[in-house]
Amino acid sequence: MLVIRRDLVEAVVEHARRDHPDEACGVIAGPERDRPERFVPMLNAARSPTFYEFESGDLLRLYREMDANDEVPSVIYHSHTATEAYPSRTDVSYAGEPDAHYVLVSTREPDSHEFRSYRIVDGQITEEPVTVVESYESSPGE
Amino acid sequence: MAITVSIPTILRTHTGGEKSVEASGATLAEVIDSLESNHGGLKARLVKDGTLHRFVNIYVNDEDVRFAGGLEAKVADGDNVTILPAVAGGSR
Repeated sequence: MLVIRRDLVEAVVEHARRDHPDEACGVIAGPERDRPERFVPMLNAARSPTFYEFESGDLLRLYREMDANDEVPSVIYHSHTATEAYPSRTDVSYAGEPDAHYVLVSTREPDSHEFRSYRIVDGQITEEPVTVVESYESSPGE
Repeated sequence: MAITVSIPTILRTHTGGEKSVEASGATLAEVIDSLESNHGGLKARLVKDGTLHRFVNIYVNDEDVRFAGGLEAKVADGDNVTILPAVAGGSR
């Protein structure tokens, strides 16, 4: 299950809307896998409605920053702008963080959005429920 | 002095969970062969048909090796090699 703060969900959806019809992408870093805290929108180097890619220099800087902060990529998100919020074959083939929550947002409808989360491990997609909260109750590790 | 190689989470099954391992070599290809001799199975995750796999990004210090000769990129003692999973995908 993904438990995520409302302001983070709103930030992801806003980013997806802003970049529509191109795909938007980014991460939410946190001290542990189940604690998404720091919203990090990334530039889609592909600037494409059907593909996204973190630029390689940005990717290195992001991982160095997370290392320095003792963070992990809790959520890796991107948008689908004309199809449903379900991982494509391309998404699965690139999924390189077995511990992350892969969030997909669909912006195909102008007035409503889908916000769904998956684990992708060894090519297997498992959808997980998303619980939106106002704030996290306990400190990490409690 | 050796070359320090950072291993991403997804490949740590090949390094007994180690985040960082040592290797040697004067080119990236040699470094990968040296990794393979100590951590079997890694090479196949990095190289396909004689070129770097598109699902990984490899850096020598701060430079993406794709812009520095790929497998022929020069590596020297004391350098840091960082392997990261590419973060990419798309609806098609």
